[in-house]
Amino acid sequence: VSTLDATGEATRRSVTGRRVHLGDVVLQVVAGAAALGATILVGLIAYKVIEGARLSISTFGLGFLTHIGWDPVHNEMGAAVMLFGTVVTSLGALLLATPLAIGIALFLTELAPRWIRGPVTALVETLAAIPSVVIGLWGILVLGPLLANHVMPALHSALGFIPLFGTPNPTGTGIFTAIVVLTIMILPIVSSISRELFLGVPGELKEGALGLGVTRWEMVRGVMFPYTRGGIAAAMILGLGRALGEAIAVSQVIGGVDNLISWNLFNGGDSLAAKIANEFQGTSTNLEASSLFYLAVILLVFSLVVNLVAQWIVRRVARKQGLATG
Amino acid sequence: VSATDFSTLQRPNDRLLRRRFVNRGMEVVAWAAAATAVAILGIVVWSVAKRGLSALNLDLLTKSQAVNQFTLHPVSQGLANAFVGTIILVGIATLMALPVGILVAIYVNEFAPKQIKNGVGLVLDVLNGIPAIVIGIFVFGLIVVGHGQSGYAGSFALAVLMLPLVARTTIEVLALVPNSLREASLGLGIPRWRTTLGIVLPQTVGGIVTGTVLAVARVAGETAPLLFTSSIVGNQVDWNPAHALFSVPVAIFELSESPDPADHARAWAAALVLLLFILFTSLTARWLADRSRRKITGGR
Repeated sequence: VSTLDATGEATRRSVTGRRVHLGDVVLQVVAGAAALGATILVGLIAYKVIEGARLSISTFGLGFLTHIGWDPVHNEMGAAVMLFGTVVTSLGALLLATPLAIGIALFLTELAPRWIRGPVTALVETLAAIPSVVIGLWGILVLGPLLANHVMPALHSALGFIPLFGTPNPTGTGIFTAIVVLTIMILPIVSSISRELFLGVPGELKEGALGLGVTRWEMVRGVMFPYTRGGIAAAMILGLGRALGEAIAVSQVIGGVDNLISWNLFNGGDSLAAKIANEFQGTSTNLEASSLFYLAVILLVFSLVVNLVAQWIVRRVARKQGLATG
Repeated sequence: VSATDFSTLQRPNDRLLRRRFVNRGMEVVAWAAAATAVAILGIVVWSVAKRGLSALNLDLLTKSQAVNQFTLHPVSQGLANAFVGTIILVGIATLMALPVGILVAIYVNEFAPKQIKNGVGLVLDVLNGIPAIVIGIFVFGLIVVGHGQSGYAGSFALAVLMLPLVARTTIEVLALVPNSLREASLGLGIPRWRTTLGIVLPQTVGGIVTGTVLAVARVAGETAPLLFTSSIVGNQVDWNPAHALFSVPVAIFELSESPDPADHARAWAAALVLLLFILFTSLTARWLADRSRRKITGGR
């Protein structure tokens, strides 16, 4: 009987199939074309950016990465200052934001009274919605002077023996201000991912630990951190990616010093993305325009690496946890 | 002997005291971290509100700004051209990104084999991770180098940013639609394409609207994609997207780098309007999301 049913079903499908297939095929082709288009778009972005950079790549080669200075008049340009600024500001922001974000996530999942969780979660996510240009405006006009007048002198007098905290910069712009601004911008991303990870820790593990008589912090350190380690690494990498690519807010506060690498965080600097953003009013030579594309190529490579590594970690963690529970 | 044993059990020893102390210390740190984040938000919003309100007036919204063509420094009051420009740029970007994003999501969720599904998911993540300034310089190389700056070029750059956001949220809500619905419809002999467009997709309208509103809130504040594509503008209100259009974020960016305090005042006012718009749309999206989730999961 079941064989008959199956064959009956098959013929019915093939009979009506001719009529319905056209719409199905059209939808599948159109939708597939959109998906293919999105894929091609990523390739096209890479192609166009590299094509724009060709003149600069053939002129400077890899030496571009280590050359200090940006002198379009004499056709001598290099990305070393921007690479330094990008890496230092992003890592600095990650260093400040990660403990803060984990603290927020622990507060929201373990400590806060129930009625406070929703509103505080919403407020932290609202921080992520503030446009970078507004954060930058605040950074240059409010935060910068505050840091220059109070925080930088205090850090210099307390930790001045470390070269990072040298003579304060009266303008309030510089690498340090950029680090603070980036910290604010990546804080919501890292904390909201961490919060979701902490919510995913099985209750029995937590209760089991608490039942053994450990304190809440010992439970967090001994159960929740090991359980969510991979995910938190991915969250940090995603935050890093956001910080690496931020152009506008950084260009407003970093000071735009493109010919000098200084270990004093209070001095001005430049970053890859900020340098590109600042040159939007026009470049003086074709080679300079092409060099901006070269900076964009470096940025694109950074963002691809960061994203793929984060994806790889997420997938590995998902597989491991799938094995652990299943 | 037994009495002394009990008392040592009851009296916390030094080790336990230290553990409790560390625990309490970490609790204070977590409270402080959350308070810091909320305080930062409060300080930023308060700064913008205080400075923006005193500079906000009708001229700013209705009159146009005159820009010196050589220095690009603004020379007169009013940002009407920026507000009009942002509405047009974001509107066209939404028209470009929304249908493509929905189609991508339909393909991924309804048609694609698992391998391709993962591949497209990865493409969307990569696209989402590309810095906005790189998108800007890509569109500069693709369109502006041959055809000059225009509202269309700016909208296209914004649409590239919106696409992964819209596609991602649509994929998520499509996955929430119960399979029994698809099976019931196919079982009634309704073809696949009509099932998808007529039965499945309408279930997800709430989610798609939410995703779109969030994407609009995100790109309305984007400066980086517009700097190279739609920033060199005239001083009149312009509704024609074939011309380069001014926008609120680009206006704030330019005004913030000016040394003139009057320019800063207008930057704060524009920032206040932008912030209010973004907070309003984000809250609306959150409300819509709650509502549509309740509808799909049947109140649970």
